[in-house]
Amino acid sequence: MIPQQQSDFDHNYLKPYYGKLFPFADIFKWMTYGHDGKHPGCDQSYFGRREFSFTLKGDFYLRFQSFNNALELENSIKEKCPLKIDIGPVYTVDPAKRHAYAQGDNNVFAPVERELIFDIDMTDYDDVRYCCRGADVCLNCWPLMTIAIKVIDASLRDDFGFNHILWVYSGRRGVHCWVCDGKARRLTNEQRASIADYYRVYKGNENSHKKVSLMGAALHPFLATSYTNVLKDYFEKILLTSQNLLATEERYEKILSMIPDESIASELRGKWQDSRRSSSAKEDINVVRWEQCKQLLQSGKHKAQGLRRCVEEIVFFFTYPRLDMEVSKHMNHLLKAPFCVHPKTGRVCVPIDPNQCDDFDPTTVPTLFQLLEELNNEGSRADVNGEWNGTSLGNAIALFRTSFLEPLQKACKEEIERSYNLKLQQSKNSVGW
Amino acid sequence: MEIVRPQSHRNLFSSNDAVSVPSLPLYRSAPPLEVRLEDFESFAIDRLRVLKGISDGLSRGKKPEEMEKLVKELWKVNMRHQHASEVLNKDIISHFVLRLVYCRTEDLRKWFLSMECALFRYRFRFLTPEAQRAVMDNFDLTCRAVNNVEFESIKEKLGQVARSMGQPSPTVDAIFYKVPFEEVPELVAGRKVFISQGYAYVAMNQVVSLVATLFRSQLSKTLILTNRVAINCCRKWTSSIREQEKHRLTPIVEALSSSYLGPDFSQPREYAEISLKDIDQVAKSSFPLCMRHLFDKLKEDHHLKHGGRMQLGLFLKGVGLNLEDALAFWRAEFSKKVGLEKFEKDYSYNIRHNYGKEGKRTDYTPYSCQKIISSTPGAGDQHGCPYRHFSEENLRAALSRMGVNSRAMEDVMDKVRNRHYQLACTLTFEALHGMTCDAGINHPNQYFSDSQKILQPKKDSSAQNLVTARE
Repeated sequence: MIPQQQSDFDHNYLKPYYGKLFPFADIFKWMTYGHDGKHPGCDQSYFGRREFSFTLKGDFYLRFQSFNNALELENSIKEKCPLKIDIGPVYTVDPAKRHAYAQGDNNVFAPVERELIFDIDMTDYDDVRYCCRGADVCLNCWPLMTIAIKVIDASLRDDFGFNHILWVYSGRRGVHCWVCDGKARRLTNEQRASIADYYRVYKGNENSHKKVSLMGAALHPFLATSYTNVLKDYFEKILLTSQNLLATEERYEKILSMIPDESIASELRGKWQDSRRSSSAKEDINVVRWEQCKQLLQSGKHKAQGLRRCVEEIVFFFTYPRLDMEVSKHMNHLLKAPFCVHPKTGRVCVPIDPNQCDDFDPTTVPTLFQLLEELNNEGSRADVNGEWNGTSLGNAIALFRTSFLEPLQKACKEEIERSYNLKLQQSKNSVGW
Repeated sequence: MEIVRPQSHRNLFSSNDAVSVPSLPLYRSAPPLEVRLEDFESFAIDRLRVLKGISDGLSRGKKPEEMEKLVKELWKVNMRHQHASEVLNKDIISHFVLRLVYCRTEDLRKWFLSMECALFRYRFRFLTPEAQRAVMDNFDLTCRAVNNVEFESIKEKLGQVARSMGQPSPTVDAIFYKVPFEEVPELVAGRKVFISQGYAYVAMNQVVSLVATLFRSQLSKTLILTNRVAINCCRKWTSSIREQEKHRLTPIVEALSSSYLGPDFSQPREYAEISLKDIDQVAKSSFPLCMRHLFDKLKEDHHLKHGGRMQLGLFLKGVGLNLEDALAFWRAEFSKKVGLEKFEKDYSYNIRHNYGKEGKRTDYTPYSCQKIISSTPGAGDQHGCPYRHFSEENLRAALSRMGVNSRAMEDVMDKVRNRHYQLACTLTFEALHGMTCDAGINHPNQYFSDSQKILQPKKDSSAQNLVTARE
């Protein structure tokens, strides 16, 4: 467990952070989704209908903030210095004017667009990691997040056909995902819930049997692909050893309790109780024991119903992504904006490249103190690219732009142009004598 | 549609069509029919009986096979007509009259939409294959069948999906439909289809789900439009109908929309008001298991996650706990864990929100059994329906803590195994109170008030409020 540095966060330091480092222009470009007024097909009201919310010092919470342009957004944030900025949906009308529109039963103030979002939090894995608990994370358990990114990202692209996906470090113990395709933003709550359920494998809590239940003669292609491409290797090559999943009696009993056939479980227990210390110190004890376990479960000797998928069920239990369902299901759910600073750790919520997520290290993410020190050391450079160039934040912002923002903007503009031309065609066709 | 005077009766619809092929109308447009005034009301009420029967069946947790039988029966009993040729007319007219009535508020629309969709779904299931294909044609589905070339390329994946559901792999002549995944949310949620590049591959035997979703989205859109049109329509109608008929029509429409659909416990009855000092006692004697569990966990951990706060908080509101006492109750528990200041900042707002005192000021209604049973409690959650969400051992332990004897326990567990969760709760009620509960438990607040009625017979048990349902 890596101890957090004590004072990496100080509210006073947010002012220079927002003053010189926070990428307002990029966030604005993202949120306009091409509606920047440069094309006749642009919807000038689009940005103004987006909700932002600020958490201020003293736990004051300002909801339904909206802005007409980049400057208003920037000035408000610089003035208020929020501890946290949340992004909400785009509504039918400007959130600041919502009271004028909420008349009785027919509520005309409603969300119309919202990114498809996912929130994966390490605390939901507390029953499968032994290195940390609660808010702590370390390099031994972080691979669980890497797995989640790989599995979900691949599926969002291959299964659902989404392209514009942003992964962000939450600043402490998890990751967020923003799916920004037009198709995704226009999903209904029911459709969002169906996608969240598609991804749901682990069911239950302390009151039920915590379960991964993979019945059936085959796995659904999505689960099969995830297992073959990601889960199996991470389990066998990384987590088995780094978490010592079979090294002690307490830990191997947990896995044995997942085997529905008592004769197999006792056979394994017999083997393991005797071999306290592995005679061949070469091979890791966890790896050895897992091989023995797999051998028995897949041997075909004991062919009971529940055994068919037992190996996969164990692997899924320890590795498969655990999403917070409620976050994804509702259009009006707020989510923290990228590039915020986490008040408990001082770390910036930087984007994560899904193609390089194996290399992501949460313990080396730039902190507020670190960035401001870098700024001071470099002196103030009126750089044409903005001051962030001289700091560690540069890479994060470059990643945001090249791998996410630029392709997204291109696609948005094409979409706006397409629907504008379509409307022109239609109105031409309808004008007739 | 035109309302005609009682004496005249003309039918513009061809009688042959209605009899030859039993068809499932899609209600896309109001037909050019003339309706007798008495039929206007009676047709609608007959259909309403069907819809309420469906609503009842669903809230009792009936399984799909049971629902199918129920719908068949309800339709046969209520929607027949002495002239066979009139059956289709009655179907269409009754739908449109109810549509007019139920389009007026969000809650009514939601209920009507749910029930009409359930009705459509079950009726579709017992159509002949030809009739089903006719409906699918109407939704432009037949053209989205997967061709042989594509089928070959995904055959293996389709096979995996089928086998994951315990079904055989599809044969070479199996028909699959390629539709945007948005059109089959149920199948996506259950991982019952192969999805690739945004398209779901729907098997023939899953087509019901697809058609039902398309029907639902179509009906949902038109209901909102109908609301706007109806306001104008009513003005036109009332001005063109003669005086006596106008006075007959309006009350009928009014009465239909406020038909008794079951109490929703949004207005707590005066005599059931409980105060802070009573809570501990009534929790032991009259709370259903789900609320008892939440209550005990709250006392133990001095905390509940959001789902639990909502489920228990709204229940307490329904039971008669006023806002001030609610705040005191939650504050007393939460402040032991998070401190007074944090409670005021983070939690008191939401409690006031539940009572309609903040934000958009919706006065939230306590959750029914149906809603609670269908919730999905996750890690760290304590809400949900214990009969459904607890493991057998945990459920037994919880029931014996409540005081259920071992013989009743077996009956209860038997119901649970057969997934009759509300019946299990009813049996628990009966075991603890020593009295039968004929109506069955449909709502935690109903459990509470029935329990209090037995335990405190002195209080006046006046007739239940007839309020509009707001599920």
